[in-house]
Amino acid sequence: MTEKLIFEYSRPGRRALAQAPAEAPAIDDIPAALRRESPVGLPQASEMDVVRHYTRLSQLNFSIDTHFYPLGSCTMKHNPRACNTLASLPGFLNRHPLAPTSHGQGLLACLYELQEMLTAVTGMEAVSLTPMAGAQGEFTGVAMIKAYHESRGDSARDEILVPDAAHGTNPATAVMCGCKVVEIPTDADGDVDTAALRDAVSERTAGIMLTNPSTLGVFEQDILEIAEIVHGAGGLLYYDGANLNAILGKVRPGDMGFDVIHMNLHKTFSTPHGGGGPGSGAVGVGKRLRDFMPIPVVGRDGEGDGATYRWLTEKDIPHTIGRLSAFMGNSGVLLRAYVYARLLGAEGMTRVAEFATLNSNYLMTRLREAGFDLAFPDRRASHEFIVTLKRQKQQLDVSATDVAKRLLDYGFHAPTIYFPLLVPECFLIEPTESESKETLDAFVDAMIAIWDEAKADATTLKNAPVNLPVRRLDEVAAAKNLDLKHDSATAIGA
Amino acid sequence: MPFIPHTEDDIQSMLATIGVDTIDDLFDEIDPSLRDVSLDTIPARASEQAVTRLMGERAARDAGGLCFIGAGAYEHHIPAAVWELTTRGEFYSAYTPYQPEASQGTLQVVYEYQTMMTGLTGMDVANASLYDGASALAEAVLMAVRANRKSKASRILMPASVHPFYRQVAHNICANQGITFEAIDYDRTTGRIDTHALERWAGEDVTALVIPQPNFFGVLEEVDTLTDWAQSNGALAIGVVNPLSLAVLKEPGRWGTGEGADIVVGEGQPLGAPLASGGPYFGILCCRKKHVRQMPGRVVGRTQDMDGRNGYVLTLQPREQHIRRSKATSNICTNQGLLVTAATIHMSLLGAQGLENTAATCIANTRSLVAKLTEIDGVESVFDGTAFHETVLRLPADAGAVLNILAERGVFGGLALADFYDGLDNTVLVCATETKTEADLDIYAQALRAVLAEQAEAA
Repeated sequence: MTEKLIFEYSRPGRRALAQAPAEAPAIDDIPAALRRESPVGLPQASEMDVVRHYTRLSQLNFSIDTHFYPLGSCTMKHNPRACNTLASLPGFLNRHPLAPTSHGQGLLACLYELQEMLTAVTGMEAVSLTPMAGAQGEFTGVAMIKAYHESRGDSARDEILVPDAAHGTNPATAVMCGCKVVEIPTDADGDVDTAALRDAVSERTAGIMLTNPSTLGVFEQDILEIAEIVHGAGGLLYYDGANLNAILGKVRPGDMGFDVIHMNLHKTFSTPHGGGGPGSGAVGVGKRLRDFMPIPVVGRDGEGDGATYRWLTEKDIPHTIGRLSAFMGNSGVLLRAYVYARLLGAEGMTRVAEFATLNSNYLMTRLREAGFDLAFPDRRASHEFIVTLKRQKQQLDVSATDVAKRLLDYGFHAPTIYFPLLVPECFLIEPTESESKETLDAFVDAMIAIWDEAKADATTLKNAPVNLPVRRLDEVAAAKNLDLKHDSATAIGA
Repeated sequence: MPFIPHTEDDIQSMLATIGVDTIDDLFDEIDPSLRDVSLDTIPARASEQAVTRLMGERAARDAGGLCFIGAGAYEHHIPAAVWELTTRGEFYSAYTPYQPEASQGTLQVVYEYQTMMTGLTGMDVANASLYDGASALAEAVLMAVRANRKSKASRILMPASVHPFYRQVAHNICANQGITFEAIDYDRTTGRIDTHALERWAGEDVTALVIPQPNFFGVLEEVDTLTDWAQSNGALAIGVVNPLSLAVLKEPGRWGTGEGADIVVGEGQPLGAPLASGGPYFGILCCRKKHVRQMPGRVVGRTQDMDGRNGYVLTLQPREQHIRRSKATSNICTNQGLLVTAATIHMSLLGAQGLENTAATCIANTRSLVAKLTEIDGVESVFDGTAFHETVLRLPADAGAVLNILAERGVFGGLALADFYDGLDNTVLVCATETKTEADLDIYAQALRAVLAEQAEAA
């Protein structure tokens, strides 16, 4: 089952007439040299064409709403509907970003309270909500670290330490901030090699970027020692909040010694992933970096019912690293996170970490008992864990990709595969707290069934998926013969 | 428990399978000194009913007002079908399409979006979007530095007629990479880029010239001349556009006498994203084919499956951070997938004719508003350059104070520019989109007339 392109529904003269002004008033004062000559090649379609087409396209997707989606490091948990409904109230939706704050006290109150809740649950001193995604939160963090060192006349610090298991955004961010990347190896238990770390730090160390629990699905056991080593060398600690779901309300990055953290609100605070965004990468700072926060931040004047809220700008935070988006980040995403936080409350936040960890350890135990190999069999799982299919690859020439594609046939989205890069034939599995025991059991059953299929005839897996809208796609050809847009001249059917 | 399905029996049986007594035991690898956490300042949970009531009250406080503010975010009618479809769970709750066979819906939407964007801009290639217009400009600057190999200076000419916040964001994101921004002044009469100021850089090593169309003042720049100037001086031409304007204005792919602009960015918000106090919006980035491997962000390509059927995948991934790590073109990971979905549906519904009618109505409404407001004594247009759908007006009083009073009376009269430009004291940037009726324009004119009369009397 595939769906043709919207352009292929197009017929000259067809329109959805109700949705735009009926006519184009003359605009004779614009010189011809500045005008468009030929109309834009957009589809000419009726409202029903459009509704049917995009409804059908939606049905070609796996999503949290339709499938178990245990994608490691992505926290694909349930997106409560109230968050979307309440963030979409007309008063919020129709407010212009530059409207006076006298007509924005509702929004500002929500954002202020969200700042306060995130500050408390991470153990930091303050939060700025402006970064628009995790990677921008990372950029913010490293830019603040650089600004901190420079403000102290310590500008030779240009090295960012990054564990070899880190997300790709970490080294990419360090480079965007004009820093050099120094990789730190991981030891056999999945922890940062502290001896190597001691050797790596120097008067050039700006800081370290760490995810904890790490991308290997384990909690850094030596985190306090790591903090001591890096701070001792004059560097700062940056916490990549990709895995915050594992410890929310249970352990706080501020208590571990981190100076700055970013949170992926689209993961931990359940705002939608939307097929790849929008995200939201709020940052929390400790006392060393408070003066460097990106603007705008929401400030409060007065207390209780008489309190009023306003944007804090460079006038209030003179050392700020500045503005990172045209307006106030992804405000609509922040409202969704606020609603989620209120629905959970303090106790509910802690329960997120507890049940994410329970589900993960349960699934890990069941898969181990079913005969799958764990990357770190002696460790507790955090909210996620790694299965390595190295043995299956050697015995049956079945790869992580093959098993992943066959899982799709069974109605399960595949876990994250081939990340982290240091574990061969890697399956990074994150069930999240919102899945039931029955779903986890069904996933184990599917993994067992697939393993049995592989033993009987590996081509079943090599040919997978067979139950999806398309079979395996040729990604090499896609990169070689770039086809990045439809040629509508040849497509309009009439 | 909110959003957690476990029964007490489930919990006990799961703990038994794992071989621990309590959930807390699962955290026993963590130093005990870290596990004593107090969350006293976070409120206890509230019911959906209570939160609905609270949010209803707060949204109501922010509602109302007749909005004549533009300045980078524009009030447009969004067809009901756009967000009805976009918030379908299959779009709303899907992840980045890393398993393409299970993500054909999202991938095909992006491919359609890329096709529409290249059509609007006249460029060869569009990416799957960036965060917003301002950060897209920053990424375009970084891209230009990579793509213009002949230039060694990492020098960007940044006109003052570019949105002040965009200039700030570009600076803040690029500053740590040794890129310098040279300001180019605007002509006090026309409101366009001052070409004499540009000439100062002729013959120098310039990496790129940023060309806003329309510019921040709403004025149309001489894009052909500027593009030719850039390219004949060895610089790339980076266009910053309002996508809606391209329904009527010359597409950047045809700017100048050569092959058009090199890179085009813009704020996608006018294509189906609600104002929502500033986001989420989406950043457009398009370029010529020869620069495609320097392009940041995700991009979708069409290919075939094992049976020869057409399908869609993320492609050119070797540019990206999850493969290239420290050598990636950008640290960007996410795109604004949901907003791109909305924009694609929005453009499908409006079509070329609907977009053109919308753009032309915005222009006509703004012309009409300016005519009504400049009838008032002392109110005058600041620039004589032809405008798109925004105009700078000078008031015979303190603009900030006037706007505050207007706001109290339910009219958001525009953005005061005194904070952003020396010499533009008492000026207001106004905008009237297609959402405004003749009666709305009259309300603004009457309110302004009254406020100015009161101010004159008080003085």
